[in-house]
Formats: sequence, C-alpha cells, structure tokens
Amino acid sequence: MAYVRFENISFAYGDNQVLKNFSLSLEKNEIMCLVGPSGCGKTTLVRCLLGLNRPSEGEIWVGDTCMFSSKRRINVPAERRGIGIVFQDYAVWPHLTVKENIAYPMRKRKVPKQEIDRRVEDVLRLVRMSEYINHLPSQLSGGQQQRVAIARALMTSDDLIVMDEPITNLDAKLREQMLYEIRELQRNVGTTVFYITHDQRAALQLGDRIAIMDPKGDLIQLGSDEDIILRPKTRFVFEFIGVTNFLNLKRVDGQHKLDLGSTLAPWPGEVPQELRGGAVIDVGIRPNDIVFDRSSPVRGTVERAVFLGSEYEYFVRAGEKTLRIQQGSLDAGQSGIVREGSEVGLKFLNPYYYPAAREEAV
Amino acid sequence: MINLRGKTKDLAAVDGRRRIGLDAVMTALSFVLLLVIVVTPISMIIYHAFFYQGQFSLDLLIDQFTRETTLSAMWNTIKIALLVTVFGTIVGVFYAWLLGRSNIPGKSLMRFLFTIPYMFPPFLGAMAWDLLLNGRSGYLNRWAIKTFGLSSAPFNINSIWGIVFVELSYYFPFVFMQVVSALERMDPTLEESARIAGARQGTVIRKITLPLVTPAISSGALLILISSLAHFGVPAILGFSQGIFTLPTRIYAVIARSGGSFDGIRQGAALSILLVAVVAIALWIQQRVIRSGGYDIIKGKSMRPTVINLRGARIPLFILALSTLVVIVLVPLVMIFLVALVKAYGLPLIPANFTLANYERIFTASGTIESIKNSMILSVSAGFITMILGTLVAYVVQKIRPKGSTLLEVMSVLPYSIPGTVLAIGVILAWSGSLGINLYNTLWIILVAYIARYLSFSMKTSSAALLQVHPSLEEAARTCGASHTESLKDITLPLIRPAMVSGFFLIFLPAMREVTTSVLLYGPYTRTLGVQIYSLRDAGMMPQASALGSVAIVLIVVVNTIVNALNQRRKGV
Repeated sequence: MAYVRFENISFAYGDNQVLKNFSLSLEKNEIMCLVGPSGCGKTTLVRCLLGLNRPSEGEIWVGDTCMFSSKRRINVPAERRGIGIVFQDYAVWPHLTVKENIAYPMRKRKVPKQEIDRRVEDVLRLVRMSEYINHLPSQLSGGQQQRVAIARALMTSDDLIVMDEPITNLDAKLREQMLYEIRELQRNVGTTVFYITHDQRAALQLGDRIAIMDPKGDLIQLGSDEDIILRPKTRFVFEFIGVTNFLNLKRVDGQHKLDLGSTLAPWPGEVPQELRGGAVIDVGIRPNDIVFDRSSPVRGTVERAVFLGSEYEYFVRAGEKTLRIQQGSLDAGQSGIVREGSEVGLKFLNPYYYPAAREEAV
Repeated sequence: MINLRGKTKDLAAVDGRRRIGLDAVMTALSFVLLLVIVVTPISMIIYHAFFYQGQFSLDLLIDQFTRETTLSAMWNTIKIALLVTVFGTIVGVFYAWLLGRSNIPGKSLMRFLFTIPYMFPPFLGAMAWDLLLNGRSGYLNRWAIKTFGLSSAPFNINSIWGIVFVELSYYFPFVFMQVVSALERMDPTLEESARIAGARQGTVIRKITLPLVTPAISSGALLILISSLAHFGVPAILGFSQGIFTLPTRIYAVIARSGGSFDGIRQGAALSILLVAVVAIALWIQQRVIRSGGYDIIKGKSMRPTVINLRGARIPLFILALSTLVVIVLVPLVMIFLVALVKAYGLPLIPANFTLANYERIFTASGTIESIKNSMILSVSAGFITMILGTLVAYVVQKIRPKGSTLLEVMSVLPYSIPGTVLAIGVILAWSGSLGINLYNTLWIILVAYIARYLSFSMKTSSAALLQVHPSLEEAARTCGASHTESLKDITLPLIRPAMVSGFFLIFLPAMREVTTSVLLYGPYTRTLGVQIYSLRDAGMMPQASALGSVAIVLIVVVNTIVNALNQRRKGV
C-alpha cells in the first residue's frame, strides 16, 4: 500500500478548474518530485495535502489515516495533519529566533522542555546550523533561512515532508548544494519527501521517481529519471525535459517526407505503426542526437558554431528550419570541426514521433 | 518519535462536527460592528432629513435650502475652502521645492519645523490670532491704533480673509509633505537629461519637475479642500462674532440655539445633507483626478536629487522661510503662552502683569480637571478600541476576503470623508433614545463618535502591515500544529504589533484635541479638553482658555516626542 495517496482529487478556484480527478501515490521513504510548468496546479495539490485548500472531490490518505474525503465528510484541519512543509519563501517567522522557530511545532504539541531542547540541537546539527541557534532570521542568509525551514519541517514530522519550490529563491551554486543536502538528509532520516518544482533538472537530479503534470493539471507521466528521459510519453514531456528540435513529417503518396518548408527531404526513419495514418507527424530530436553525415540526403548550412568547452553547438539551416545540434568536443576533434558557412549532411539518431501539434519554429 | 497523526484517527469526522470557524466569527463581528457604529448614524441622518413622522417629505430640505442663511453659509464654505486650497497649494509647493531642492541653509531642521502646524490644533491657532488681531480688542490692533493714531483697526482677523489665513497656515503642510516626498523620490536623471538637452533651470522646473509632481500636488490640494470644507474650529472661533457662518458652524449654531431640541437636530440633519453633498462633489473630483494621474517615473526608493543653487537669492529666501515659520508657528504659540500668564485679557504683555493664577484656577476648577480627565479617558479608550476594531476589519478585508469585503472596507473609511459635525448629528439621532439606547450626555456617545471618526486611521495602518505578512507565515504555523487562533496569536499579531501601536497614537493625538464632534455631543459632565477651552473662551475668559490651551499643547508635544522616540527605537533594531 502506498504511503501517501491522492485519489481523484478535484479542486477549483471559482470557475477555474485547477485539478480534475487527479491521482498520485507516494511510496514510503522515497523522494517524489512533482514537476510541471508554473500555474499547472502543483501548489494547489500540496495545499490540499496540507489541509490549506479543500478539494471538492476525492480522498487523501497518509499511511492509514484518511486526511480528506469528500464522500465521508472528513477534513482533518491543517494543524492536526502533522506534515512538514518547506515553503518557497521559507516562511521562517522573522520575530522568533532560530531556536524558537524550530521548537514551535514541538511546543504546540506540549512536548517537555528538555525533550524540545534535545531535539532542536539534534535537528540543527543535521542541517549544520548549530552555531546559529540564537540568531534572528534577519541575521541569516537565504540558504541558512532555508535550512531553518527544513529543520522546522523535520520537527513537525520525520515521516513526511513537503517541499514547495524550496530552492527557487537561491542562487545557482547554492541550489546545487541544497539539492545535495536534501538528498543526504533524506538518506539519513529516511523521510518521505514530496518535492514540488517547475525545474525539471532539479527533479531529475533529486527524485527517486518523477511525476510530470501538464499545464492543464493532468498527470502525464510517472517514472524514474531514465523513464522520463528515454521514454517521454508525450510531446509535452519531451519538450519539457530539455532542449529540443521539432520537425514535421508530411505524408506524400503514402510516404512520410521531412518537411523543411521550401523542400521535402526523404525520411529514412521508421514511423511507428499507430501514427502512419497521420498526414502530418511531429518528430522531436535532441540536439546531441543529430550527427553530421556526408552521405545523408538531408542537407543544411552551418550558420553559427559556438565552442562551449565540453561541446560544440551548431545552428544549422536546413530549408526554412534552423536546427540546434550539439557535438561533444572529443567527437568534434576526431571528425573535424565544422566551420561556419560549410554545407553538411544531417543524420537523425533518436527520433521521437508524436501526433501533430500546432506548427512551431524551434 | 512523537507523532501527531496517531491522534487524528479518532478525529475522523472532524469536518462534520466542526463548529463555526474563527474566520466566520471575525467576519460577522466586523459587519455587525460597522453596521452599528458607522452605518446606523449615517442612515439616521438621511432618514430624518427625508422623513417626518414616518412620512416622506421634502419640506424640511426645501425650507432649509432656500433660506438666505443657508445659502450664505454654503457660499462662505465654498469660498473659504477654495481660497485656502489655492493659497495653501501655492505656499506648500513653493516651500516643498525650496526645502527639497535648493541649497537653502538649515534644510532638515526647517523641514521638521514646517510640519509642526500639522500636529497643532487649528482652533488654538485661531484663538491666538484672535487675541492678536481681533478687530476690537486684538493686541496688535490696539498697539497700532495707539502708535500710529489710526481711527480704526488695521487688521481684522474676524473676516473671511482672516479665516482663510489661519486655515491656510495649518493646512498647507498637506501639500508640502506630499510634494517634498515626491520630489525626493523623483529620478534625478529626468531633470539632468533636460539640462543636457539645453533647457534652462527655469524651463526644467516648469516643463519637467512641476508636471512630474502634479499628482502629488493635486492629491495634497484635494486633501486641503475636503478638510477645509468640513472644518469647524477656525470659522467657529473667528466668524461667530461677525456673523460669518460656514455650513459646519451654521449646523452647530442651529443646534445650539434650539437648545438640543429635536427640531433643531432635524434642521441640522437637513443642513448636513447639503454639507455632505458639497464634500461628495469634492471627493468625486478627487477620484477623477487620482484616476487620471500617476507617473511611474517617481520611484519608490530614495535617490539623491539635483540641488539647485539659489546664489544671491539664498539668504533672502532663507529669511522669507524663517519669517513664515515665525508667523505660522512661533507667533500663535507665544501668544497662547503669554496670554495664559496675563492677569486679565487686555493688559499689556509685560512681566509686571504676569501671574500663574490662571493655571492655578484651571487646575483647581473641577470642570477643567474633569475635562482633561474626560479627554484622557476618551482618547485612550477610543485609541485602544479603534486599534482593535481597525485591525479586525483590516484582517477580514486583507486576509479572509469574504464576499462583501469591499463593502466592509468602504464602510470603515466612510466616516473619514464625512465631516465631524455631520457624524455628530448622526450619532445624536442614533443614540439618544430613538433606537432604544440613550447615551446622550454620557461619555459613551462621544466615544462612539470618536471610534467611527478615527476607524479608518487604524484600519489603514493595520492593513498596510498585514499586507507585509505573507500568508505562508500563518500557514506554516498551522502545519506546525497551531490552531487558527494560535497562529494569529503567535505569528500575525506579534508581527503587526508595531503598526497597531502607531495606529493607537494616530488616534490618541487628534482625539486629545478634538472639538468638532465633541462640541455637539458634550453634556454637563462630559466636557472634553477642546470643548472646555472653547467654552472658557466663549465666556470671555481668554487667559484661562489660553492657559488650558498651553496645557493641551504641552500634552500633545510630550506624547508626540514619546511616539517619535518609540519609532526611532523600532527602526534601530
């Protein structure tokens, strides 16, 4: 039995239906990353779990406790759910010291004072903030405040912690470090972490499993990082996960040809069975899945070549499309660096086929 | 591990058994209190102006509005307000520019001195000028007649122009303060680029600076207009003896003459409708002006503006500014304190005629002591109650946002735009028995009026503070196991406490020196400090009135100093 279960959750702000029949389960002791573009309903879902929003339909379970059920009229108030939360803006109380902030959940549960002191020291050691115990939040940096927020969440619960975009407000270097620390912390304490973000890279780095929501608030794919990267279920997931080139295949005389705007080029790849009927098919290709091949019938001109250290990035014009191509520096060194202005043949290694969406210049 | 979730199992149907939530209670309470405190008096005025013995009737309104006295009072009100607005704006803008943008000496001290009239009660100023420039008995007038052998007094403060002058000296800070801060926040590159493009100093001021501060000027000017339209103290002190009435003083006179009879109050209610209509037109203009104005180029953060070198005009302008300060701040102050010491009004102001007997008299007269006590009780309790109520309404409006929260907001700021005189009549009509509650002649009726009058002050300061408290702070407390009440008590209240305290003093100070509403509401044992000064003066006891006035000034200065010290300390943390 899964540890946290959202069952057919629906939620609307007035006429704006944010979530519709949303279901998702978290296993115990895993880090689940919920990823989706801004405004897709991630935060709404979290607020439903915490008891800050009241869904119109569905059930929410944590362990064997039903936190919410529209049918059975159960709605455990936020203060009795005992779920740790780390907010994006930290929400560390500015008028309380680090110690008072962290001790607050315990104080509300009437834990004896010595016990609180002991636990505060433990958890501060865990987030490496021991020397700041009597500081006010205004004396701490953003990263330190975030650690206080995490420590406070651990005091509320060491079974389940929700983190809603916890590192978005930090600078790039600190973000990396916090991700690593969250991972370590989870390993040491064994907490279940529900991590919400719009940053797919953070999710891939951190999550045991990743759930992807689309802008409409539907769950489209759930899986490991490998699943998501190698087997993106829809065009949306494919695009969301990284830099992409999108091309169109056009069916001419029962054959799919590559549509380059002004010309049609032969398409050597195998179009999957279920898409063969489509007049137009979208093909997505990662920049490092396009290679130069003199013998390829697809021709283009290199407009710009950029050296990025570990790799070369090329912008190649083919017909009316501009493709982005990446080549590892090692490969480039072996096969010769392609100069700007030269004509190249292009070979597509790992095409992903999707039903046609609206046409977009990539 | 301590786990809370274990306990929730037996709380399965929490939602089903839940009592009415705290939010609902606070919302309902806000609505009920505002209905009672604000809406009731206002509706009573409207009702009594349009209905007589349960019958709809326009007779009263027509009768009142066609009277010559009403029309002349209305005309005076508008004339005075417009003159004060025009001259107040000119003076305010001029000094704002001089102290904000030029290299005049002693800028920061002078800027502070120029805001003093803002906290000084205008009716005391009127009293001081009356002592000095009264057509018959003013000190300066009598001195001029004697010295130059004039046949009549050269000045007459008891005139429209006298009223305009005194109101002007207390209302120009509205424009002054708004414009100074706008000038400060203006991006200096806007002016610099005009200079670089070849514009002269004068052209830059005319074409760049003035247009950019226009929104600040117009909002300050409209504040003057509305305050002057509703103003009671100055025209009451300077105009009565010459039969010069404005609408607020006419309303007071009608009620005073009728000895508080119902008929008089009804006439007052009818005149109130007229006064409210005049103010409403001014407010309507204000809305239109504010909507059309506003530039983004005035930044929120403080910058270093270009300072204009006055060159040869530096010293003459400095002397001009200094003399203005002497006239509007020093002269009235000195007059009050000197007359407070003189044995009898009219005796020359020389040490030989000085005595402390006036102070002795006011501090031994039970009425005076009583009035100070009353004002203290009223100001402290009005400040305290209004602080709580304003915060409650602000919380409901900002955080709970129920249906009708806009209505709630409008109700709480409504009394601010209603003249104090009108509010007093509404309070009399509502709370002197006609609705089954009779508070007439008690402190309670004044308290109710003060609460209604000052509610918007605390509501605004608390609202601003609550907007700074991000909802996640309270939500974090909830998820940490705090109930709604506990999260309010532990998190929200401590965070907005400083704003609540300053809200308290924002009410305490004006309530201490209030005359406009209390002069209509006081009873034999419920005189306030302002009313007592007013009556002493009315009875011709100028030295005693001045002595009590000086006590009021000292009280105000002391409290103000304490508030400023508190604010300083808070900023220091």
